[in-house]
Amino acid sequence: MRKPLSLAAPLTALLLATPLLAACTENADGDPKDGGTADARALTVESSDDACTVSADTAPAGTLTFDVTNTGSQVTEFYLLGEDGLRIVAEVENIGPNLTRELTANVPAGTYVTACKPGMKGEGIRADFTVTESDEPVTGTDDQALVDQAVEGYAAYVEDQTEQLLEKTTQFVELYKAKDDDAARALYPQARTHWERIETVAESFGDLDPKMDAREADLEPGQKWTGWHLIEKDLWPARAEDYTPLTDAERATYADDLLANTTELSERVEELTYTVDQIANGSRGLLEEVATGKVTGEEEYWSRTDLWDFQANVDGAKVGFEGVEVIVSQKDPELAELIETRFEELQALLDAQRVGDGFVSYDELSEADVKALSDAVNALSEPLSKLTATVLS
Amino acid sequence: MPTYKVSRRGLLGGGAAAAGVAGAFAVGRAGEGAPAEVHQPLQYDFHGTHQAGIVTPAQDRLHFAAFDVTTTERADLVDLLQKWTEAAERMTRGEYAGEGGAVEGAFNLPPDDTGEAIGLSSSGLTITFGFGPSLFRDAEGKDRFGLADRQPEALRELPHFPADNLDPRRSYGDICVQACANDPQVAVHAIRNLVRIGFGTVAVRWSQLGFGRTSTTSVSQDTPRNLFGFKDGTANIKAEETEDLEKHVWVADGDDTKADWLVGGSYLVARRFNMTVEVWDRQPLGDQESFVGRSKGTGAPLSGGGEFDDFDFDMPGSNDQTIIAADAHVRLVHPDFNDGARMLRRGYNFVDGSDALGGLDAGLFFLAFVRNPDTHFIPIQNRMATQDALMEYLKVTGSALFAVPPGTKPGEHVGQSLFA
Repeated sequence: MRKPLSLAAPLTALLLATPLLAACTENADGDPKDGGTADARALTVESSDDACTVSADTAPAGTLTFDVTNTGSQVTEFYLLGEDGLRIVAEVENIGPNLTRELTANVPAGTYVTACKPGMKGEGIRADFTVTESDEPVTGTDDQALVDQAVEGYAAYVEDQTEQLLEKTTQFVELYKAKDDDAARALYPQARTHWERIETVAESFGDLDPKMDAREADLEPGQKWTGWHLIEKDLWPARAEDYTPLTDAERATYADDLLANTTELSERVEELTYTVDQIANGSRGLLEEVATGKVTGEEEYWSRTDLWDFQANVDGAKVGFEGVEVIVSQKDPELAELIETRFEELQALLDAQRVGDGFVSYDELSEADVKALSDAVNALSEPLSKLTATVLS
Repeated sequence: MPTYKVSRRGLLGGGAAAAGVAGAFAVGRAGEGAPAEVHQPLQYDFHGTHQAGIVTPAQDRLHFAAFDVTTTERADLVDLLQKWTEAAERMTRGEYAGEGGAVEGAFNLPPDDTGEAIGLSSSGLTITFGFGPSLFRDAEGKDRFGLADRQPEALRELPHFPADNLDPRRSYGDICVQACANDPQVAVHAIRNLVRIGFGTVAVRWSQLGFGRTSTTSVSQDTPRNLFGFKDGTANIKAEETEDLEKHVWVADGDDTKADWLVGGSYLVARRFNMTVEVWDRQPLGDQESFVGRSKGTGAPLSGGGEFDDFDFDMPGSNDQTIIAADAHVRLVHPDFNDGARMLRRGYNFVDGSDALGGLDAGLFFLAFVRNPDTHFIPIQNRMATQDALMEYLKVTGSALFAVPPGTKPGEHVGQSLFA
């Protein structure tokens, strides 16, 4: 039998005091936007189905926030456009009915256009908006040049990696079809490196990714298994039970399929364009791949070459970060420095596992090694999770 | 970016905090029209002469975490202790871990608070910090952060005790954080957010959930039961026994001249006692009571009286044995047979699912605060491990010792006296 908590008595007494405490708290929680000079930069936008009401049509230069509330019945968007009504200075998309989203943008003096786009169609409901000169520092006007540079650099990197992936995959499937298994095994992690460096981009092709990179454990019932990991299992069947090696004909089928998909990937990548936030998000995403698949030894279940993939993900993440680093350094130098340091610390741990031109097998890592790598991934991922917002701020 | 002073609950915020000694509390209520408060809306001040979470009436739930420090920079460690202190101050007031809140911040940033405590009150949350021996010196004895000459004499890895079967993944640690609350989600939220703040400076070594307190730390509390089904903690030191607290729990001025920073603090012993409950449950009631030395129903000593009456260890029983057996648990750990030493115990029951053979992975996560483990824990644990009848049903799978610094004043960070 249980007795009630003996706290019951004092609770009853104190509940009487609650309204007082509540009132006090509500006052203390007052909106800091009330009054003060920061106000003029804090705007509200009401986007209904047929109106776009901005709380002011002018604001002083600096960091502006638009609290956009969708009072309409369809999904809406809000844009701050350049004077020409074309250039997007800042935007917030996908605001569902009754939701409020905040848009923050660092805006220099000039003439602009605001636009709500209920239903996400057409020109939107537009109005002129003026930003006046002020003392608050505005991000350098070179920003756009930096962004362009980052985007171009990243596109070139992805194309280069795709080309190398295609080249090495071509060699790999030839070796595999010719049953030169030792050479195929040696090339496997090297070819995979180019995939893993751009994994977040490659995965963005939702039809190709499962055909090329699905793990056996990821398959849905009835889904046909193809791609890298199927061949991996055939080359390293040691951990498989009752495994029947693929026939020559099966080898050829799966190898040709992988090559065809890789070719398709490289063609599609050429058409891709990137935004600076995609690059920053990609950097974070690659570290997530490390945390969920590589550090746990799940990715390369048969070959145990997880550390190659680990390094390749880190390479790709670092390239993404370095592409936007100059922008981050201007906006939050401490964050840029912290991320750089954490990359170095993680790299030092990876370097300790190098052997020849590659890495030790995942099986050779001690529990302490894996824990240290995981700690370093967490340490880097935490500041990296702020990268995109900082780049866009 | 404007900063908001946010509360997890609209009606209970920073303004509701009760100042003063640990034990003072303020009360809020659930939202408009909500049914009666489900969680105990208690609030304990984080600040004080001693850290909260020691003499604080034991809450029902625990999440305890031990950390390894991964940085080599003393400044990073101090910076973390500052951030942890701020977050702990906020969370014990029932506020978000970070000032940006869980849903009030920028849409393109991960929130400053993980969010699972939205709508929950402080639930009597206390967060208590401690430092392990390995914070001072590494395995080779090297000074890690310039603290080695301040390492307390008694802060060493505990010796091996008979029946210790320690899992290093459940043992030791450079820093510990004990989060206690009456709502398990509030305790987990506290640890989770502190872990997040610590990434890059510290890493979780192990953590333990506890679901039912096994001790009373105040005379206002009923004695709870452990998973053997017995009342546990009847003879515990209570918050009201201030003289005994000074004598047995708080480190006093002059106890350890090298470690005067610990004055007003304590030592925390953490031991994970696995119980083989299936085997225990097959013991006849008479044997169970004989092993413990108390009646299972009332908790009264087998020598008679009520739960809180003194034992008569000499009372003769049948077969020329005393009624309280020579190997009864209460005899072996009683102050009369341990140079008068008492502990403030604050343990919790745990069940971490089942083991590979289908047995409950269950037991008692023993937590005790003592003035000096050399006199108040190690000899008693040795006696218990070698002679106690209960040891047949216990296996110790985790073990750690920490020095718990004194409490903080507003503006200070936890452990400030150590790093001063």
